[in-house]
Amino acid sequence: MKPQKPFSRVVEACPPSGIRKFFDLAQTMKGVITLGVGEPDFPTPWGVRESAIHALSRGATTYTGNSGLLELRELICAELAARHGTTYRPEDECLVTSGVSEGLDLTLRALLNPGDEVIVPEPSYVAYQPCVAFAGGVPVPVAADPAQGYRIDAERIAQAVTPRTKAVLFGSPSNPTGAAQSAADLTALAALAQREDFWLISDEIYDRLTYTGTHTSTAAVDGAWDRTVVLNGFSKSYAMTGWRVGYVCAPEPLAALMHRIHQYTMLCAPHVSQVAAIEALKSADADVTEMVADYDRRRRLFVKGLDELGLTCPEPGGAFYAFPSIRASGLSSQDFAEQLLNEQKVAVVPGDVFGPSGEGHVRCSYATALPLLEEALERVGRFLASRT
Amino acid sequence: MREILSVLESDARATPDRIAALTGIAEDEVRAQIAAWEAEGVIRRYKTVIDRDRLGEDRVTAFVDVTVAPERGRGFDDVAERIAKFREIRAVHLVSGAQDLRVEVEGASMKEVADFVAQKLSGVERVTATSTHFLLRRYKDDGQLLTEPEPDQRLSVMP
Ligand SMILES: Cc1ncc(COP(=O)(O)O)c(C=O)c1O
Repeated sequence: MKPQKPFSRVVEACPPSGIRKFFDLAQTMKGVITLGVGEPDFPTPWGVRESAIHALSRGATTYTGNSGLLELRELICAELAARHGTTYRPEDECLVTSGVSEGLDLTLRALLNPGDEVIVPEPSYVAYQPCVAFAGGVPVPVAADPAQGYRIDAERIAQAVTPRTKAVLFGSPSNPTGAAQSAADLTALAALAQREDFWLISDEIYDRLTYTGTHTSTAAVDGAWDRTVVLNGFSKSYAMTGWRVGYVCAPEPLAALMHRIHQYTMLCAPHVSQVAAIEALKSADADVTEMVADYDRRRRLFVKGLDELGLTCPEPGGAFYAFPSIRASGLSSQDFAEQLLNEQKVAVVPGDVFGPSGEGHVRCSYATALPLLEEALERVGRFLASRT
Repeated sequence: MREILSVLESDARATPDRIAALTGIAEDEVRAQIAAWEAEGVIRRYKTVIDRDRLGEDRVTAFVDVTVAPERGRGFDDVAERIAKFREIRAVHLVSGAQDLRVEVEGASMKEVADFVAQKLSGVERVTATSTHFLLRRYKDDGQLLTEPEPDQRLSVMP
C-alpha cells in the first residue's frame, strides 16, 4: 500500500514558483539572451576566491561555531556601523547564516505564532510570502503604486494592519522593482510599527547596489532599531551567490531565538564561505565599486532603451532590475514573456510571479553584459514591432 | 565627468551618444569634455589591445633593465629621453631597485632585439649596464586578461 496520509497542507497549498516553467523552457533553447537571472554576471572577485582556495588547503573544512566565525561577525558589525550608522554586538546580535534565505526563514520562525499576519508590500521577492506561510503565518500582500515609484506608503500599510499584524516584510532596494525606499518613508513606517506594535523585517541584500542616492538602513531610522531585523549577505554585492553566506542582525532576545533554530537546523554557514566573506569585507571594496559603476552604466542605457520602446518604468534606484510596464503590447505578462522567448529568444520574468500587482510588467535583469543588453533591446523592439 | 574616461578606457570606440546613454551626461557635454581632454593631453590617444599570439604573429619583446650613471643636475631625464626616442623602444620607466630604467624593446626577431640592445642601447652615453629578459608569454596586458574567459555558469531564469 502506498502512503495514504496527506503531506503538509501548508506546503501543498503553496503554488510552485512561477519562474520554474520559464526556466524549463529557456533551458532547452539555444541562443537565448537571458534577462531572467537574479544574480550578478560577474564572478566572485579573484582575491576572495584565492583566499578560499588557500583556506581549503589549510583545512577550513570543519564546522564553525553556530553563530559563525567571530572575526566575520566583528567585520560585519563594523561594516554596518560605518555604512549605515547602526550598532550591533557581534557576540549576540549578529548571526552568520546560509544566505539571506536562511536568515529570512529563521526570522519568521522565531517571530510567528500560528495565524500571525505579515504584511508584504507587492510586487515582492518570490520567497517572502511562501516563507511566511511555511512558518505558520498569514501573508497579507499590499500593492505598491508604480506611479509613486513603488514607495512603501505607511498610510496604505496602516489600512492592512490588524491586531494580528506581527511584522512588515520588505526588501529595499527591491527585487523585482529596483525601488529604494527613502529615509522619510522608512521613518513613517517605523512610527506606524511603534504605534501598532509590529516588527520590521528588512531585506537589505542590495544595499551596496544603489545608484541614485545612498542606502538608508531601516534599523537606522528613528525608533526602528528595537523592532527591526536586518537581513543582508554577500550574494549580490560581492557576486557570491553560490557561496551561501549571509547574516542577520537583530536585538538580542529575538537573535537568541533565531540562534536556537539555526543551531539545530543549519548548525553553521559553510566554513570556507565564511573565510571568503571575511576576505570580501577586508579587501573587495574596490571590486564592489567597479561592479556598481558597471551596473549603473548598463542601468542607464537599458532603462533608456526600454523607455524608447514604450516599455516605461519608474527609474530603478537600486539592485539590478528594471520592472517595465508592458501594457503597450496589449499582452498579459505571462504571454509577453512566453512569446518573447519563443519568437526572439529573450528571457524575462513575467511580473505576476511577484504578486498580482506585478501583472502588466516583466522583470528584466541588467546584470548582463552590455552588448547582450543592446542586442536584447533590439530583439524586444522587433517583437513589439511585429505586434503592431 | 571621470565616468566618461572609464567608458573610453574599456571601449575607445564608444561614441559620444553612447557615452551619454551610459553615464547620463548630456551628449554635448560629453563631446566638449573629450575635446578639452584631447587638447590638454589628458587623453593621449585611442588604442587597440591586440593579442598578437592569437594572430599568429611572431614579434619579440624584451624587458631590459638599464643601469645609468646619472648626469649632474639632470638626473636620469636626459638619458631616459634619449633612449625613449628609438623606434624599437615601446616603453621607458624609471624604477626603484638595483637598476634605474626598465625599458621595453620590440623587434621582428630575437636577433633584431639582441642587436639593438648590444649596439644601440648599451652604446647610449651614460648607460653602464643592461640586463635583458625576453618575454615568453603574455597573460594579461593593459588590465585585459588574455586567457580564456570563464564560462557563465548561471542558470537562465532565477528568482
Ligand atoms: C531580495 C532578495 N532577498 C534574498 C535573496 C536570496 O539571497 P541569498 O543568496 O543570500 O540567500 C535574493 C536573491 O535573489 C533576493 O533577490
